[in-house]
Amino acid sequence: MAEFVESFLSQLAQTVLVVLLAPLMLGWVNQCRAWLQNRSGPGLLQPYRVLHKLFHKDALLAHNASVIFRAAPYIQFGCMVLAASIVPVLGTNLAFSPAADVIALVGVFALARVFSSLAAMDVGTAFGSLGARREMLVASLSEPALLMVFFTPLLIVQSSSLSSIVDALAHRDFAIYPSLAFAAVAFIMVLLAENARIPVDNPATHLELTMIHEALILEYSARHLALIEWATAVKLTVYCAIGIALFAPWGMVEGTNWLMFPAAAGALVIKLALAGTGLAVLETVSAKMRIFRAPEFLGMAFLFAVLGMLIRQLLGA
Amino acid sequence: MTLSTQLINLMAALLLLIAFAMLAQRRILSLIHLFAWQGAVLTANSVIVAYSTGQTHLYYSALLTLALKVIVMPLILHRLIIRLNIKWDVETLINIPTTMLVGIALVVISFNVALPISQLAGTITRSTLGIAVAIVLLSFLMMITRRKAVPQVIGFLAMENGLFFAATSTTYGMPMVVELGIALDVLVGMLILGIFFFQVRQAFDSLDLKHMERLKEE
Repeated sequence: MAEFVESFLSQLAQTVLVVLLAPLMLGWVNQCRAWLQNRSGPGLLQPYRVLHKLFHKDALLAHNASVIFRAAPYIQFGCMVLAASIVPVLGTNLAFSPAADVIALVGVFALARVFSSLAAMDVGTAFGSLGARREMLVASLSEPALLMVFFTPLLIVQSSSLSSIVDALAHRDFAIYPSLAFAAVAFIMVLLAENARIPVDNPATHLELTMIHEALILEYSARHLALIEWATAVKLTVYCAIGIALFAPWGMVEGTNWLMFPAAAGALVIKLALAGTGLAVLETVSAKMRIFRAPEFLGMAFLFAVLGMLIRQLLGA
Repeated sequence: MTLSTQLINLMAALLLLIAFAMLAQRRILSLIHLFAWQGAVLTANSVIVAYSTGQTHLYYSALLTLALKVIVMPLILHRLIIRLNIKWDVETLINIPTTMLVGIALVVISFNVALPISQLAGTITRSTLGIAVAIVLLSFLMMITRRKAVPQVIGFLAMENGLFFAATSTTYGMPMVVELGIALDVLVGMLILGIFFFQVRQAFDSLDLKHMERLKEE
């Protein structure tokens, strides 16, 4: 019983930490981008201010909005919180981790996406349908690539639970895994596509010719919009956390050693900050692609992931 | 696995990655850079194998690779494309993802083909034979899918790189005489092909090889 309480507490601490830290992560990425582009940024806490503002506004709904439109933000936010509780960020002793493995995690992301697309089409505006179609185009290509990325560490560790993957990878002898490097490159490409970052989508644009993610949420306002924005931030953080868990898991607590948690939290913050800086650099040096180049980009990601898996399977490296 | 085996595996993986990058690359200039990188990784691989097995003659072949494939040939190619005025040429490749999928199938096939041979070999590099065969086949695929002359020649040279890698991984390299012979062959072939480019362009006014499919003159 005590064990269960402990793992439940560690689970709760991690989930709350990720959900609360997510807007800060987004703020950090934006700040880094601003610095790299020679602007003075909006400040690290800007996403919190935006959320605060949006939560205090009155929500406007279209006349023909159905239940799906109203429920979608809550479902999206719920999915992202669930995803945040599956991915180990501080320690691997998570109460939820037996409930869902990496494949289920991909499913959770897909669920959120389906509802955001349905909601976008619900009101019947042209932009919503356009955004939903583009989102589905990108998703149908990035999802198999993401699954393939997961298969490489899965084959190395022989387990599909993220917690045991992290446990095994963080506490092994030093070894060069070319297959993991391939998977990491593929994962970064998928991360850019799934989180609507440059070069696939520009999160700061409202230009109708190019937007994907923004087109989906044009009809939302106030608390609904706030939840979606927050869910987007959590999604970005969770993706970075997955990347850290798979490719740089050092410093994570094994079991429930409460004394180690501050150190793990410090390591996490440093790693997330580095990931955010890297993301900002990537976004600054690359230009947005035409949307019809996105299949090629994601095809490359799929290729890298499959190559990683092949090298693992056939070379044993 | 020892560190040297891990490093050799890493080099093999990098070579495979470069082979795929060449398959997908549209720009001729970047293609030449990739070819130079392939030579550089090959050199590093030879040095690692030479160091870990004590085969001193591999150092010479590494030196040869460095001189020819990293410095001389890319320089010749570079000068060629400047003289031909095609430095910024972009080839219209259709359907890169499909080519990539064919490439993945080739990798699987070559791993399967190489498996029985690598089980017989006693070298520390035996597991990389599959990748060597894959690089040969991928370069071949590149020669098939390209229509312009220069990328086809680069594909040919990349194929030779793959053969060299195969020799290193199965038997720690070929005898020095053979190696020197192949290296000079490739160099001379390169020079002759360079002259050929000019002839082809003079005759057809372009380097697109589809003009050469017609054998009769009108």
